[in-house]
Amino acid sequence: MPLILDHVSQIYNEGTKESVRALDDVSLIIPEGQFIGIIGHTGSGKSTLVQHLNGLMLPKKGSVFYNGKDISDKDFSRKELRQHVGLVFQYPEHQLFETDVFADVCFGPKNMGLSKKETELAAFEALRMVHFPEDLYYASVFELSGGQKRRAAIAGVLAMKPDFLVLDEPTAGLDPVGRLEILGMVSELHKKSGLTIILVSHSMEDVATYVERVIVMDRGRVAYDDTPREVFSHAEELKEMGLGVPESTEIAAMLRARGFDVDPKVITEKEAADSIYAALKARR
Amino acid sequence: MIRDITIGQYYQTDSVMHRLDPRVKLLGTLLFIVALFMYKNPAGYIIAIVFLFSVIKLSGVPVKFITRGLKGILMILMITVLINLFLTPGTAIVTLGKVSITYEGVGMAFTMMLRLIMLIMGSSIVTLTTTPNNLTDGLEKGLGFLKVFHVPVGDVAMMMSIALRFIPILMEETDRIMKAQLARGADFESGNLVKKAKSLVPVLVPLFVSAFRRAGDLAMAMEARCYRGGDGRTKMKPLIYKRRDIIAYIILFLFVIVSVWVGRWSVISGFFNDLYLRFLLN
Amino acid sequence: MDIVSTKDLVFEYIRRDDEGNPSDVTTALDHVDIDVKEGEFVGILGHNGSGKSTFAKHLNALLYPSGGTVFVGGMDTKDDDKLWDIRSNIGMVFQNPDNQIIGQVVEEDVGFGPENLGVPTKEIWERVEESLKAVGMLEFRKKSPNKLSGGQKQRVSIAGVLAMHPKCIVLDEPTAMLDPSGRKEVIRAARGLNDVEKMTVILITHYMDEVVHADRLFVMDKGKVVMQGTPREVFSRVEELKALRLDVPGPTRIAYELKKKGIPLPDGILTAEELVREIEKCR
Repeated sequence: MPLILDHVSQIYNEGTKESVRALDDVSLIIPEGQFIGIIGHTGSGKSTLVQHLNGLMLPKKGSVFYNGKDISDKDFSRKELRQHVGLVFQYPEHQLFETDVFADVCFGPKNMGLSKKETELAAFEALRMVHFPEDLYYASVFELSGGQKRRAAIAGVLAMKPDFLVLDEPTAGLDPVGRLEILGMVSELHKKSGLTIILVSHSMEDVATYVERVIVMDRGRVAYDDTPREVFSHAEELKEMGLGVPESTEIAAMLRARGFDVDPKVITEKEAADSIYAALKARR
Repeated sequence: MIRDITIGQYYQTDSVMHRLDPRVKLLGTLLFIVALFMYKNPAGYIIAIVFLFSVIKLSGVPVKFITRGLKGILMILMITVLINLFLTPGTAIVTLGKVSITYEGVGMAFTMMLRLIMLIMGSSIVTLTTTPNNLTDGLEKGLGFLKVFHVPVGDVAMMMSIALRFIPILMEETDRIMKAQLARGADFESGNLVKKAKSLVPVLVPLFVSAFRRAGDLAMAMEARCYRGGDGRTKMKPLIYKRRDIIAYIILFLFVIVSVWVGRWSVISGFFNDLYLRFLLN
Repeated sequence: MDIVSTKDLVFEYIRRDDEGNPSDVTTALDHVDIDVKEGEFVGILGHNGSGKSTFAKHLNALLYPSGGTVFVGGMDTKDDDKLWDIRSNIGMVFQNPDNQIIGQVVEEDVGFGPENLGVPTKEIWERVEESLKAVGMLEFRKKSPNKLSGGQKQRVSIAGVLAMHPKCIVLDEPTAMLDPSGRKEVIRAARGLNDVEKMTVILITHYMDEVVHADRLFVMDKGKVVMQGTPREVFSRVEELKALRLDVPGPTRIAYELKKKGIPLPDGILTAEELVREIEKCR
């Protein structure tokens, strides 16, 4: 069931001096099965956007449809929507509250009204999906490392068995390997479990490596909505929005300016290395 | 809703009220509150309202911004009104089973509501126009005499100022945690009071954890910047009375005089008593 | 002269079980020797939990060594009489921008340190102005910190320690919670202090690209210094860094891939510009 945003606008502090148009006429279709990246400068509206996907915020203008129904309708169950569209906030480990990891992961499915047995099964499955170390299932949250806490928190959302998983900067504050591990796990959730993933990220490299579709937000509007390769071919425009392109793309552009026949559309390091190698080979 | 609480927030602009010495503002608030509870007739309240709105006007803070702060105390306000309405003995207007609304009750409820609203608005003006550091300085200096009794005025003032600074941050954090738990299917609205209270556990636990973490971080940051209590500190903005502060003190003095004079008028002995008497005579 | 010098620094902490009996001893720092000379820009790298932040806290006498010594400007941090001299010599900037700003107005926060040191009012104002100028935040002096971006808040924090006139600034993962543009702002400010004001800077981070311009790097793992040298030396050891849960800058990785394919590039390429220059030499 796709999520559809139809001319959605959101305004904060409407009517005051500090009025901000956080979303400005945003229309998007998010079909099931995609791996989508959302990028944008801080304050571009990306965090506001994702909160519309699970009904934490309702549009001031326009509509969000899930399953053909307007989520702003009075008889629409937003609690149910939140089960289908799982949202993992930034630093999600800050919402852990139970005495142990397992109990915390059970919070979501329990709220969904599942039986004790179903709840526990869902929690086990979710913890397995995030590769949480088994010997720590009943550990206190305070004993975990940063990366483990984050996994536990993501499992807490996965335990509701959502179809869409929205992650707001899931790698913030982690070290390089921690970042790779989380992204690898998210990518696996997409491939193995068929989840639709929406990844809000600041890293152009991560977006270039993992996602199939990039939505670029700028001042509340959708500036681009395309494949990473297409989006990153707009280096100048992206820079104006306070964003950039992957370093590999930039290196390719620098080499082209010096007369090397490097593919301008490379976006990952591997592609860059291959293309530079080919260009050097052709010259010799 | 949580964002609406404006008590403890600072509203940045430049106005006479902003430039006033915090000691003047603190004393002013104190006198204003005392006055509110002294009035025995409506004329007093009219003076207080005029005074309050002149101050608001001078402060350059939009009235809307201040009234928004009242939303936060709506519950307290309603409870106060209801208690006064039903539990004041006197002549009944309407009787509902065992309790009844009395004329005195209506009068009391209205007075209490007025007092509370003005109290909140009056004290928000101080925090809205005074930076916490400034407020701290005011308290520290204004209450400096307590040092004689070994009260660590400086430390207490610092604690208050930090508490004030963290209110908006913790409010935002509460909002964020609530949203995160809502995303996990939490329900803060339905059910009876016990269930509602229970549903707040997933918000309060992370909030406390975070508050402690912040406190630890902050203590470390303060130590790293050589904070070692109030002794031996110098001031970036030492408090020195200016001409405007003297004028403000004079105005305050006049306000008190007028308040005492008018507020104590017993000739009318209060608008509501009057109404009540008239009712009895009929 | 060495501003910071640690000799055999060991830090252990004892975990206690529910009854309060010691159950476990964790060695957070294991015989660490790090020297920093005046005017240097030193980077300390390590994954989360490698001991790098524990190290930073020793420089400011926020933690005391269990073994070995820490000298700051020639003073032993264990010397209680020197505590405040040490703390005013080392300016610390921490990770979370919200948890280290004390003032509700930018300039008042910057003035907090000098106030604690008992600096006369007039001089506080001068220091606040020059510090805010040094990090490019002077125009925000009357603003509330809550209205600033993460990068701006961290620059205010840097100004806050600068105003204490320290000999050395220690930045403990100042960019971990920032977005890319905020990270750039903070690193630019830190480099500016080192270049222009000749301030000694110790930058603790796990972002490799932030320390490519450092004079020297120390890599920590499990409380030990496992690598040290210039960025060029350290980042040429790609595989070793990977094993330490670390990474190398992107251009270094691309150069490494090209070398594996047989392109004769030198070791330790750090920036995109260098990579492009070296590739040009290969044609």
